[in-house]
Amino acid sequence: MMEKSRRDFLKIGGISALGLSALPALSVLAGKKQPAFKLSDKALEGKRWAMVIDMKKCWEKQKKEGCKDCLLACHSIHNVPEIDNPKREIKWIWTEPYENAFPNLEYEYTKEVLKDKPFIVMCNHCSKPPCVRVCPTKATFQRKDGVVMMDFHRCIGCRYCMAACPYGSRSFNWGDPRPYIKKENMEFPTRTKGVVEKCNFCAERLAVGLKPACVEACKAGALVFGDLGDPNSEVSKLLKSNYTIRRKNDLGTEPNIYYII
Amino acid sequence: MKIYDGRKIIPGILIAAVIFSFPFWLNFGKAAVPPKPKLPKEVKNCVEPTTFMRTSHMQLLNEWRDIVVRENFRLFAAPDGKEHLMSLQNGCLKCHESKADFCDQCHNYLDVKPYCWDCHLAPKENK
Repeated sequence: MMEKSRRDFLKIGGISALGLSALPALSVLAGKKQPAFKLSDKALEGKRWAMVIDMKKCWEKQKKEGCKDCLLACHSIHNVPEIDNPKREIKWIWTEPYENAFPNLEYEYTKEVLKDKPFIVMCNHCSKPPCVRVCPTKATFQRKDGVVMMDFHRCIGCRYCMAACPYGSRSFNWGDPRPYIKKENMEFPTRTKGVVEKCNFCAERLAVGLKPACVEACKAGALVFGDLGDPNSEVSKLLKSNYTIRRKNDLGTEPNIYYII
Repeated sequence: MKIYDGRKIIPGILIAAVIFSFPFWLNFGKAAVPPKPKLPKEVKNCVEPTTFMRTSHMQLLNEWRDIVVRENFRLFAAPDGKEHLMSLQNGCLKCHESKADFCDQCHNYLDVKPYCWDCHLAPKENK
């Protein structure tokens, strides 16, 4: 019979204790029971979502038919209230004259040429969004795919983001918006008094594989949505083959809405 | 022992005691109507077991809203293999069709007023 020395006993004891302590860690690592949250297989995924707006196509349509399809589609789908008072109005996507949309590019002669030619404007989903930097509750945040998103549950209505946004893309609910919503879309929430809101690049539609509502509604094909992370996407190609401008480019917010004029 | 103004004080105390206990006497012997949340007929299983949902649906809803809005996961694969849309309006309320017959039953009984409905639209019901 082999005789165990005290030294051997301690060695074996020590190794066994080590093995026991590693057991819980192993079982956690090997555990298969993880919460099963996922995104639909149909969902559109990108690295940096962007939009190119061909204003020439848009103006043609506007001139002929007074087209407002994109504005109406967005606002009806997202339960955006229609409030006439400009101090209280809520807007996700709207039109702006050249000198307001591109104040740093305006000079003596632009007004003549671009008179009565309103630009489609919305949240620019900036790559360096100032609204995200100032939000004290992180209610506004930037997703991995570039969408500047709002978590209305967290918004405390301080309106720092509105002060920070150089594009006026954000609106504040001074009162209950529901009385001003003509027809509610039952598949999307409304907002409530005391929160800020803005375009969400149709995050809820991207998640089910649909393009933003404004893009889908535009019959002129003036709005093109796509991923700038993909060099072969339609937006990437348009940006390579056209001269485009961005709103207040010099501020360094890196907007992701591009305009062809 | 002598109570000054005892003639006023003692009836006063008695009257106060009656008024104070009035709600008790008014409802004496009557049981409050227990809540009767109406469960969906066709679907038997919720996303988690009933006992869990009964006690912890509020935590689950809070967790889910963060997962949906902030992490962009919108489907929950239940242990039984079914997939559920993580959405109050487009998920929960598709089975629990009536807010009045389901949510409000217990919430009114317990006098809790969740503010979900300030933004989320409840199904239109004929009332």
